[in-house]
Amino acid sequence: MANLKSTEKKTKAQAMGMHTEVLTGRTQQKFFNPDEAENFYYFGTYDVDFNKRTNLDVKDMTAAEANKEIDNLMSQGFGTIVIKNPQGKHSLGVGILNKLNLIFEGSLGYFGMGSCDGPTVRINGRVGWSCAENLMAGKVVIEKNAGSCFGAAIRGGDLICKGSVGARTGIDMKGGTIIIGGDAGAFTGFMMQRGRIIILGDVGINLGDSMYDGTIFIGGQIGSYGSDAVDSELTKSDQDWLKRKLKVAEIGENFDVSKMKKIVAGKKLWNYDNLEPTEKKGAI
Amino acid sequence: MCGIAGLIHRGKSSKVGHELQGMLQALKHRGEDSTGYALYGDTDGKNFIMRFKVGENVGEGSTSISEDVSVYDERKKIVDNYLLELGAKIIKQDRILPYSLRYEIEYDKKDLLEFSQKIEGIPGVEILSMGKSLEVIKDLGNAKMVCDRYNLDKVVGTHAIGHARMATESGVDIKSAHPFWGYPFSDVSVVHNGQLTNYWNNRRALENKGMRFMSECDSELIAVYLAEKMRDGASLEEGMKESLSGLDGVFTYFVATKDSLGMAKDTMAAKPLVLYESDDLVAMGSEEIAIRSILPQEIDTYDPFDGEVKVWQI
Repeated sequence: MANLKSTEKKTKAQAMGMHTEVLTGRTQQKFFNPDEAENFYYFGTYDVDFNKRTNLDVKDMTAAEANKEIDNLMSQGFGTIVIKNPQGKHSLGVGILNKLNLIFEGSLGYFGMGSCDGPTVRINGRVGWSCAENLMAGKVVIEKNAGSCFGAAIRGGDLICKGSVGARTGIDMKGGTIIIGGDAGAFTGFMMQRGRIIILGDVGINLGDSMYDGTIFIGGQIGSYGSDAVDSELTKSDQDWLKRKLKVAEIGENFDVSKMKKIVAGKKLWNYDNLEPTEKKGAI
Repeated sequence: MCGIAGLIHRGKSSKVGHELQGMLQALKHRGEDSTGYALYGDTDGKNFIMRFKVGENVGEGSTSISEDVSVYDERKKIVDNYLLELGAKIIKQDRILPYSLRYEIEYDKKDLLEFSQKIEGIPGVEILSMGKSLEVIKDLGNAKMVCDRYNLDKVVGTHAIGHARMATESGVDIKSAHPFWGYPFSDVSVVHNGQLTNYWNNRRALENKGMRFMSECDSELIAVYLAEKMRDGASLEEGMKESLSGLDGVFTYFVATKDSLGMAKDTMAAKPLVLYESDDLVAMGSEEIAIRSILPQEIDTYDPFDGEVKVWQI
């Protein structure tokens, strides 16, 4: 440790670890100017070539080792990476902030593809709980089933599961689109704040419970509605959007979207315009 | 947090001890305070197998009080005398550890209530399991440690359930470890992942009806709850379906009998379960990696939905 008695006032503070923090990275607000596109640097990203392809066998790797190796391959310019033998490992593919074509030849465990921003991912298997949690942009396609909390708190991007999903799909989501080809469990869209959920099959109890905003489209039967989830009219523009989205998602292209149910927030649970009780007293 | 795993082979036997060890070891990050196995081995079905303990493991991490081995010896002697009094004949006996024993017993009566009450009337003695196929083995440590300690690798049978425990509701000891025997029913065992919030209300009600609790672990309630339903004539599946409303809290549990394996998930679906089902094998666990330990090839798995109950036969 530095000798604080013999240092100048300015360096004393620095020796104690103050005034040395340099704010970097994505936490700073950046304003993009198209004229300065060449100078724009997105922290933690690499220039990759989608035609540059490689395989990565993660059978004998830990999740941390596998994720570091994916990062290393991106730094070498690989734009298409095929992951072999994921074998249900947790936390694979998390934190990728890059354009990348990522293919998993097998199933993932918990937290797969969490906190990503930009990659296009195809998982030829199943995923465990909390897949793509906090997704900001990109597209994640799961060919089989998914566990609970699918797409929790996503902010953007498309998250597609061709099979069925567990409970609390899209919990706390703040944007983006979740598309499910099969059925979904209880509490789908629980506390969702923005974004859209499309379920082609049946859905469990308490659909859209305590949702603030956003839209849920259901193709099958509904177990029960949650607090403040109400039916809404399915408009022509809704149907056009659904058709377009299902086509892009390569799922349910021939599905009759005109029979889908549209569920939105009744907005009775909260009202920010109301006066606080103490303010009401004053008004009276 | 705890992890549970189970498997059932349909129409054949396999090394279920080895397979369950691999599944539970894959879940050891969910808790390794204690690990338990309920193995349904291949037997001739003539005699009862009684697994019981005459003391606790007082090794590292244990919350139990240390006792001298002579105390265990004394308790064993009383058990042997009581068995004679009950008309049970000991065919074979193994003392695997100073506190853990396995007896093969010839016993004609079908009602095990009187038998169990007499044996468990000895302070410090607990029957871990009683059945013609079931053997419950549980101890402190992770799955591999317990498997090695009790030489479970070679056990051949049709089905098994197991539990990797992180102690939250009660002590780190064998009596609180899963699986729980469905006392006093032969060959019934239960493992549970979750928390039951109406434990004490249910416990008081069941004790008033003459049911017995050995620990203060909330999970034991499931075994006792189902045993009471079956005592009153309900089938296993009916009892499990009733438990969805009778038990409050969050839970996923497995229950096994001599020829079946079942699962139940609470109506909130708050606890994880991944399931693989084929014509000859059903395997399930808290996480997919448990199933992958016995089926490394690409397979189709899914999460059962909220409030789902399933039962499979061997």
